[in-house]
Amino acid sequence: MDSDSLLLSLELASGSGQGLSPDRRASLLTSLLLVKRDYRYSRVLFWGRILGLVADYYIAQGLSEDHLAPRKTLYSLNCMEWSLLPPATEEMMTQTSVVKGRFMGDPSHEYEYTELQKTNDGDKVFEEEIVIRIKEETRLVSVIDQIDKAVAITPRGALFKNPFGLTHVNRTFEGLTLSEAKKLSSYFHFREPVDLKNKTLLEKADLDPSLDFMDSLEHDIPKGSWSIQMERGNALVVLRSLLWPGLTFYHAPGTKNCGYIYVGTGEKNMDLPFML
Amino acid sequence: MEDSNALEPEQENQESGEEGRPWDEMTAASTQDPQPGLSEHPESEQGPDTGPQPGSSPPWGPPGSSPPGSPPGSRPPRDPPSRGSPPVDDLAGPGASPPAPPREPSSPPPLALSAQHLAAQWRSDKTARGIPEAGTPHPDHLQQSSDEGESTHHQTGQSKGNAFQQLQQTNGHRYEPRDANDGNSEQEDLRCDTSQEEDSDSERHLDEAEPGPEPEPEAAPSMREIAVRSAKAYLLKTSSKSGLNLYDHLSNMLTRILDERPENAVDIIENISQDVKMAHFSKKLDTLQNENEMLPTYEIAEKQKALFLQGNLEGADQELEDEMAEYSLPNVMESAFYFEQAGVGLGTDEIYRICLALKQLTDTHPIQRCRFWGKILGREMNYIVAEVEFHEGEDEEEVEEEDVTEERDNGEREGEEDEDELPRSLYKAPQPIPKEESRTGANRYIYFVCNEPGRPWVKLPSVTPAQIVIARKIKKFFTGRLDSPIISYPPFPGNESNYLRAQIARISAGTHVSPLGFYQFGEEEGEEEEEVESGRDNFEENPDFEGIQVVDLVESLSNWVHHVQHILPQGRCNWFNPIQKSEEEEEDDEEKEEKGEEPDYIEQEVGPPLLTPISEDLEIQNTPPWTTRLSSNLIPQYAVAVLRSNLWPGAYAFCNGKKFENLYIGWGHKYSPDSYAPPVPPPACQEYPRGPEITEADDPSVEEEQAFRTAQEAAALPAEESEVTEEDEDDYD
Repeated sequence: MDSDSLLLSLELASGSGQGLSPDRRASLLTSLLLVKRDYRYSRVLFWGRILGLVADYYIAQGLSEDHLAPRKTLYSLNCMEWSLLPPATEEMMTQTSVVKGRFMGDPSHEYEYTELQKTNDGDKVFEEEIVIRIKEETRLVSVIDQIDKAVAITPRGALFKNPFGLTHVNRTFEGLTLSEAKKLSSYFHFREPVDLKNKTLLEKADLDPSLDFMDSLEHDIPKGSWSIQMERGNALVVLRSLLWPGLTFYHAPGTKNCGYIYVGTGEKNMDLPFML
Repeated sequence: MEDSNALEPEQENQESGEEGRPWDEMTAASTQDPQPGLSEHPESEQGPDTGPQPGSSPPWGPPGSSPPGSPPGSRPPRDPPSRGSPPVDDLAGPGASPPAPPREPSSPPPLALSAQHLAAQWRSDKTARGIPEAGTPHPDHLQQSSDEGESTHHQTGQSKGNAFQQLQQTNGHRYEPRDANDGNSEQEDLRCDTSQEEDSDSERHLDEAEPGPEPEPEAAPSMREIAVRSAKAYLLKTSSKSGLNLYDHLSNMLTRILDERPENAVDIIENISQDVKMAHFSKKLDTLQNENEMLPTYEIAEKQKALFLQGNLEGADQELEDEMAEYSLPNVMESAFYFEQAGVGLGTDEIYRICLALKQLTDTHPIQRCRFWGKILGREMNYIVAEVEFHEGEDEEEVEEEDVTEERDNGEREGEEDEDELPRSLYKAPQPIPKEESRTGANRYIYFVCNEPGRPWVKLPSVTPAQIVIARKIKKFFTGRLDSPIISYPPFPGNESNYLRAQIARISAGTHVSPLGFYQFGEEEGEEEEEVESGRDNFEENPDFEGIQVVDLVESLSNWVHHVQHILPQGRCNWFNPIQKSEEEEEDDEEKEEKGEEPDYIEQEVGPPLLTPISEDLEIQNTPPWTTRLSSNLIPQYAVAVLRSNLWPGAYAFCNGKKFENLYIGWGHKYSPDSYAPPVPPPACQEYPRGPEITEADDPSVEEEQAFRTAQEAAALPAEESEVTEEDEDDYD
């Protein structure tokens, strides 16, 4: 959610029970402004929070001129002091994929993971136990990146691609209509397209190149990984990800108000097929 | 009218694109012209079209002046590339590529000729002015093309005197390329048709020229046409509100500007636009009545209106007011405030609506105590759950009815067993564990749910142990419809309402906690009942509760206690011995037990008793089951203690020392670090062991039968004799 309209956004996203206490809100309003100034972001998003056992991580993201460019992620434990997270890499993801369970809330906490590795020593095969230590900060980076790639979304038309290939906020975006708001095809993944490139020309024939340059939600796997609901008597459409429970996207049809927030444990719901 | 309108601009669009080209040629060095890319916006086109005149009159010279020197044939390269990729165009320069003859077979010669003729006219006209300027390429055009704002300045600077000249020039440009090549399509024809009009009226045309979006140059010409057409169709889309379309509006605006020639057209363009719109008079000719839209938005608003109105309707009813005095209605807003401090909870207006909905519930049902339990998220709709306690003896009827039906089923089964020839199935389903009475155990409270505040409350059925046991083995998302079936591997006995009720029971049992000392055991009842099995299950509020330090609550988990009974693995809170037979059979059982035939004694399941501190809760694989937090570190003296369950994500409790409340908002699932694994299938039954009852002897052989017969005969004689003697003896007796 946009840091400039944080209060309204929080109010709109409150249907899932995930809010911020008044002191957190106030401190976010203050500190995100400073973050925007110090890091020279064109726009700062309050991304959400990851619930740890001891403390929570508050996450913010800075957007550059091109909205689809890799985003800078910051975290904070007290909503005032922000630290920049390193960019996520593939290596981090494979490394942290073995870690299970909840976040601790301490960035320097180390998960220990023992791995059996076979070593050939002459004819004999030994199995060695190797202890791998993974820092929680690494895991945090990787999880945020995964969530962003999987479920960060934006309504169709809210962003547009200008002739220079940069993605900008569409000033003329007036919100989705009510009927559009109920369809998954009106929402896009807020990331560089992955599936779009694999589509056939026939499938792309109807797309508007300045608007439809991202992947639509409707082809997400598995089908049914989104719950789409109208709240407040159809004045608000809320999308909840079932794959990453905790991610809430809200949009008031007919207005520009839209955004997403993640409040959760930072764990993927691997049981989704059983639960549908 | 519509037609002519439609045609002209299309043509002009084309032209405006072409006009951009000459500048490119001018700066042969410039490799790429951003113009085509920008041209999607109608306005952006505007600049290049008319803009260059004042500032860049020099650059206009060469393209304009060159035609006389060079035959029309040399021009074409400009045009074909405009349909192709611009960079190629620029690099190639004029004349580098031959005209595209194959493309123009369709263009009718007469028209082409006429166009050529016209073009020639203009050319000569223009050369007069163009020559002196020739050879001084203006660098401006690059800026113009990359910067729209720039070009508009040029426009403002445009002097009236220049304008006409300009028109001529541009028209000249237009026609030159056209005659040479271009027309693979009807577009060409149209252009030629209209070109005649234009020359009489060229000024006007230019003014109206509202260069529609020129599509980005595509590889295929047809693509471009389609794009142009679709762009024009878009511009012609009539607004349902005003009945105008942008296309007409723009042309009207430009007409007006050129008619009036205001000093600073660009500055007052908004006003002009407004004036033109206002001048447009549209009479509403629609005779149809507007149908009132019945959006779902209004429907729910109508229902929620009832919530807000009910306060007024009441008041005359004295009894209800008395009940209010017993505050069966919880102070939802107060606890919502504290939960907000904790960073949990729903929006302010939603919580208020829920509060009103609870009020509606307490007004319409004989409710002694009511509580906002929480909200369970679903895929299509959510559930708002209220926990209530009825007054004594209000809810007995339904329960009895259910029992009766169960008994009937049992009776039928027994009746069938009388006539047996073939062996019947010896398998007896394990005796169903009866559900707990209402007001005890897991059925202590009654739960009402609704999807949205304002919608009717639905009472959930009471929970059976079997449902709890199965619910522990499955993990399903709620849909939001109470009657939807639960399709799962261990078949769930019931529909979603039962599953919801089971999850509510589990969550309540796991996460409803209170600060130590708030509740105490009801001494009288507890001692009288002497229920050793179930432990003491009654508690009451401690009147002497003096509050507890918030810091203590945060620092030590042992200051929080469960005040809802633990649910045993059996599915009940109070142990039920499934082996227990009815009293008649008990004697038999005792005998059997003495003999040691059936050691049918199952160890009683016991769980933690009531009011056990949560510090004794089990860990989930190194994860502590609870997290405590102070709501504010900055102002600790007024902060509340916040308790978060890690076992049931979404379950929270707060305590400010005196008051406490529990709330659940979430998906209704238990946390486990491992992913869900469906239960293993039940073991397959063993077949009957091979033994003497299963195997048979071989058929008797002839020898055996003969031997048997002789043996029988031999035995028969003595037997007869003996019978006789016996009979005799009997007789004698």
